[in-house]
Amino acid sequence: MPIHYEVTSVTLDEIKDLVSDRAITGETMLINMGPQHPSTHGVLRLLLEIDGETIISCLPDVGFLHTGIEKSMEGKTYQQVEVMTDRIDYLNTVGNNLAYCLAVEKLVELDVPPRAQTIRVILAELQRIASHLIWLATQALDLAAQSVFLYCFRERELILDIFELVSGQRMMTTYIRPGGLWRELPPEFEDAVRSFIGMFPKRIQMYEDLLTKNPLFVDRTKGIGVISGEEAVRWGMTGPSLRGSGIDYDIRKVSPYSGYEEYDFDVPLGEYGDVFSRYIIRIQEMRESVRIIQQGLDKLPGGPIRSDNRKFVPPPRSDLGTSMEALIHHFKLWTEGYNAPEGAVYLPVSSPRGELGVYLESDGGPKPYRVHWRTPSYGNLQAMPILAKGHLVADLIAIIGSIDIVLGDIDR
Amino acid sequence: MDVFLVLEWVIKSIILILFGVVGFAYTTYYERRALARIQTRIGPNRAGPAGLLQPVADAIKLIFNEDLIPAKADKFLFLLAPVLTVLPSLIIWAVIPWGTSITLFGREIPLYLADINVGVLYIMAVASIAVYGIVIAGWSSNSKYPLLGSLRATAQIISYELSLGLAFVGPILLTNSMSMIRIVEKQQETTWFFILQPLGFVIFLLAVLAEVNRAPFDMPEAEQELVGGYHTEYSGMKFALFFMAEYIKMIAVSAIAATVFLGGYSGPWVENLPWLGPIYLLLKIILLLFGMIWVRGTLPRFRYDRLMAFGWKIMLPAALINVFVTAAVIVLLP
Repeated sequence: MPIHYEVTSVTLDEIKDLVSDRAITGETMLINMGPQHPSTHGVLRLLLEIDGETIISCLPDVGFLHTGIEKSMEGKTYQQVEVMTDRIDYLNTVGNNLAYCLAVEKLVELDVPPRAQTIRVILAELQRIASHLIWLATQALDLAAQSVFLYCFRERELILDIFELVSGQRMMTTYIRPGGLWRELPPEFEDAVRSFIGMFPKRIQMYEDLLTKNPLFVDRTKGIGVISGEEAVRWGMTGPSLRGSGIDYDIRKVSPYSGYEEYDFDVPLGEYGDVFSRYIIRIQEMRESVRIIQQGLDKLPGGPIRSDNRKFVPPPRSDLGTSMEALIHHFKLWTEGYNAPEGAVYLPVSSPRGELGVYLESDGGPKPYRVHWRTPSYGNLQAMPILAKGHLVADLIAIIGSIDIVLGDIDR
Repeated sequence: MDVFLVLEWVIKSIILILFGVVGFAYTTYYERRALARIQTRIGPNRAGPAGLLQPVADAIKLIFNEDLIPAKADKFLFLLAPVLTVLPSLIIWAVIPWGTSITLFGREIPLYLADINVGVLYIMAVASIAVYGIVIAGWSSNSKYPLLGSLRATAQIISYELSLGLAFVGPILLTNSMSMIRIVEKQQETTWFFILQPLGFVIFLLAVLAEVNRAPFDMPEAEQELVGGYHTEYSGMKFALFFMAEYIKMIAVSAIAATVFLGGYSGPWVENLPWLGPIYLLLKIILLLFGMIWVRGTLPRFRYDRLMAFGWKIMLPAALINVFVTAAVIVLLP
């Protein structure tokens, strides 16, 4: 027996300020794209007003993945919060850990040994490649180039294997800790990374052969979703999406952290601010990341991987049996945590998507008083109505892909 | 009319329909395996030896799926649409010759169902019916995505049918007949028509990809844009019928392309051993199907407006020029 039910609809009065008058008279069509749509990259909802297939207006509606993660962080000690940072932007887990640890280190004024700094950079750049691979995979899939999707996942798997080698986890690594790293690198690490970066440039060339010179792909991306540099800045776009419009802004260059100033790399810039520029930039960034990893491996210094400031960094477990002081520190750190001095810090890092900033406010206690994440996807998504206006529904898909949003990053 | 003749027709029809349906099932398997190889995957290999029972498992699953009809859909048309789509793809097989004739139980049995003198017209006419199914499916769902999908599909199929029709004209002029049998016989006498009609062959293949909604022309069901296109609201066996229509049509157009341009059932020793005919045709079909799968594994999708522009501004003029040149050459060279 079929089930009968009444179909209810939202009244037009509720949205009449957001759409054009032609939608009210029924001349144009209002269509809901998402939150359950195969290519909105998660649970993004777009309310589209279309005339035929031309987009008159595009209204992003976020909040379907809201987890209250920032609020939850206020109820945890500084060590415990870190586990949650992985879950914000789930394609940039190492980067989130890094941003959070740098913010905590700034707040409590901790030093990080050089070996840990270099390893952090290597892992962050590997994560950038992994994230860009997912972006390339989905961008290609959105334009129905299915094979590139699977090739990219094959390479990403190798990076996840390296993460697993290092931390025991493929995605939610929590390997970078305030004051250094969780543990020493395994001996196989260097060979694994070297073999990856030896092979990877050839694979990038393969993706380029499949896409960059493919007339169908170029036709679908050139001149689509154009935004000028000024406008991109005004809407708070950052990262490759901003650099595609020719604005030279990369946190790694303008306010270097973790010793990025010691590496020799370029920040690729686009000219036209269209989907194709953003595509080329991310491809170039993967090449630059390979260069950074190479330099990091070549100069990887020896020494400790954790600060020995025992007020904030737990002592090695081997000391617990022999040193009374170590036992006390261990007990204090794992029961009540450490008190951070009163104050507030903001620390931006360069995530694969743009400027990822962590704001921490401390009231002097062991738990943060307020945590806020300035996430790049949110700023990039804000420009969506401008990018999409006047294009076809098919182009909208390419545009969503090109600003590389992660919904976990937007809704927090 | 003797009763055995009727019996023969019935048996041949059943065999053709079974071929279509089983062919559909195993084309999906073939496509999944071939695509998997292209994409460095393995593909279905769990159900039965080498995954050969996968299509059966899929069919059983689809039959037992819940069959939903949207509350505000037009129920009669909603049911009619998949039927209208799948029937033409089955009856199109009637005019495709599988061979000359073989002798069985003392009877000479021709290896085709019907040799009508307007075979090519019959194909064009039957293939066009399917578009009604798609329009009706999109409209009767009473939902926005299917409507957009069906509008796209209609515009696309109608525009590409013109080029498709014109691509047929070359072989018709060369043969001086519209009968599919004559076209094959003429190719046996001279040479395969894809050599004499290279442009026509290319136009035919492109138009056919658009006609059966295959990548890179799979606009109507562009899942990244329109969720499922015209069959978004369909589920269970009704969805499977659309799927079936698409794949049977894929096989059918491969068979037509093989017949009109690649010599159909002809091949070495087929004059003496007529049972080789169906094997040759099948091999050619499998080859053309692989081409379709290969294209799907390699190319991104066209954009809808570009597709229409390509159809009207490049394909149609090229097809017209091809017809004109062919006709002129035939008149000028006796």
